[in-house]
Amino acid sequence: MSARASSTAVDAATGHGADAVVVRDLRRTFGGREVLRGIDLTVGRGQFVALLGRSGSGKTTILRALAGLDAGVEGELFVPERRAVVFQDPRLLPWADVLANVVLGQRGRDARARGLDALGEVGLVGHEYDWPKTLSGGEAQRVALARALVRKPDLLLLDEPFGALDALTRIRMHALVARLCARHHPAVLLVTHDVDEAVLLADRILVLTDGTLSLDVPVAFDGPRDRGDPRFAALRSELLAEIGVVESESAVTLGPEPSSTSTPSAGRPSPSTKEPHP
Amino acid sequence: MSLRQDIPAVHISGPDPAPPSSAGSGPGLVRLPTSAAAGPGRRRRLPRGFARLSGIVLFFAVWEVAALVGWLKPQDLAAPSVIFTTGFDMLRSGALESAIWVSLQRVLWGLAIGVPVGTALALLAGLTRTGENLIDGNVQMLRFVPIIGLESLFILWLGVGETAKVALLVLGVMFPVYINVFTAIRAMDPGLHELAEVVGLSSTERLRRIVLPGILPAFFMGLRIAVAVAWLLLVFVEQINASNGLGYLIVQAQTFFESSVIVVALVSYALLGLVSEGLVRLAERRVLRWQPGR
Repeated sequence: MSARASSTAVDAATGHGADAVVVRDLRRTFGGREVLRGIDLTVGRGQFVALLGRSGSGKTTILRALAGLDAGVEGELFVPERRAVVFQDPRLLPWADVLANVVLGQRGRDARARGLDALGEVGLVGHEYDWPKTLSGGEAQRVALARALVRKPDLLLLDEPFGALDALTRIRMHALVARLCARHHPAVLLVTHDVDEAVLLADRILVLTDGTLSLDVPVAFDGPRDRGDPRFAALRSELLAEIGVVESESAVTLGPEPSSTSTPSAGRPSPSTKEPHP
Repeated sequence: MSLRQDIPAVHISGPDPAPPSSAGSGPGLVRLPTSAAAGPGRRRRLPRGFARLSGIVLFFAVWEVAALVGWLKPQDLAAPSVIFTTGFDMLRSGALESAIWVSLQRVLWGLAIGVPVGTALALLAGLTRTGENLIDGNVQMLRFVPIIGLESLFILWLGVGETAKVALLVLGVMFPVYINVFTAIRAMDPGLHELAEVVGLSSTERLRRIVLPGILPAFFMGLRIAVAVAWLLLVFVEQINASNGLGYLIVQAQTFFESSVIVVALVSYALLGLVSEGLVRLAERRVLRWQPGR
């Protein structure tokens, strides 16, 4: 089901019809080093795209460009007016209570009411007057999510938003994000290095290698996604291979070293797929 | 497997059961002290506050005795009891109260002008390129001029009245506030500026929502130093030229060998400094409730 590097900006001249993001020939150099070498990308409205890559591959550079935070990029970018970003750290203003953080920059009389709604959606009713310092990591990140939701974004940019959370909190956040995106249907670009997370949440997965998009696959199975599903495992292996982690490298063997007898069976889920080592 | 009889609660198994009490040899178990183990041997102590006061009480007792016995001459240093009565008399006559009021006013004027000016300059220098070019170099240069040396110039320009005194305080107060606030603006988390960009804050909103609250901790730090500097400079200006105030009391008392009055004035300075520092801390605690660790 994979189509290699096929995303040319289809009919990008209009750029405003069914597309939420149109990127043409995006380039970025940092001190002579070319981090992005001509990215072409079109994201449809309501499409959930995960962008995978090793650390340092330039994933975040793409996200920052789409967020309008990087004035040094070359190429053409078309994005919706209403965008929201969730960073890896919650970035809450420590001197503002939770509600004030959520409605930061929102004008109009109903801002408060909409802020309370958004807090309700992320399950933080009753925390609106808490100081950020009193929140747990997961709660703080949910406030950041509410701050993004209250803007009713057409494009939601998620920059490894679950990276700093513990494993259990991350599982809950995955479910929450999936639910919220299904309800509000923004186009989403999720930058992550967690292959499972990408397969779990996205409609389409991109892999960024050496500054170009080296893989562009749809996640074609519908219904609740289960790690035990063989299609899940197959896609996961394909993605890991594309990022450059071979299965034997990712398998974990317990027991005395050196382990010469370990022969990991292909396709079997192994727990160490986060942060592939370069 | 062996079982020691003297510590029945602890079972040790394994090939090398080193007894917990014996130090050193092998990977044995050691008993960590817990509250139950440390129980009955504890000695009841004085409450912490009383214990700490004991040194001070001893100090004053020795001082009083030294004066009684005659080791301290009254014109050098009066006994604590004499100083206490002198202070009480000065309070009753109103001399101390009016001197304190005059001195306090000078400090308040110095802070009231110096703190806003220092903050405003720091904001201009920290937030605008032109401001930095025009202001920061000059401030950094002036910072190394010994500030009390400037009082002669101020007297030359402004005469020996209140203005010359307040002017020195204003200048002295400006520096700590400026330096703390300017540094804080520069050290601000760039992530918060990105956030401001992403949520579309106007530059006024950015100042009000992000910059001003963000510099508050540093501002209070600067303010505390400023208050201390203000009292220090006050002592100086009141002793070189003044016809009233606490410093004037000191100069007068010096000519008449009234050591007790000098000490009363010094204690008054100290108490005023303590109270003003306390007030700043109180305000700080209220304003910075959001800070972690408060």
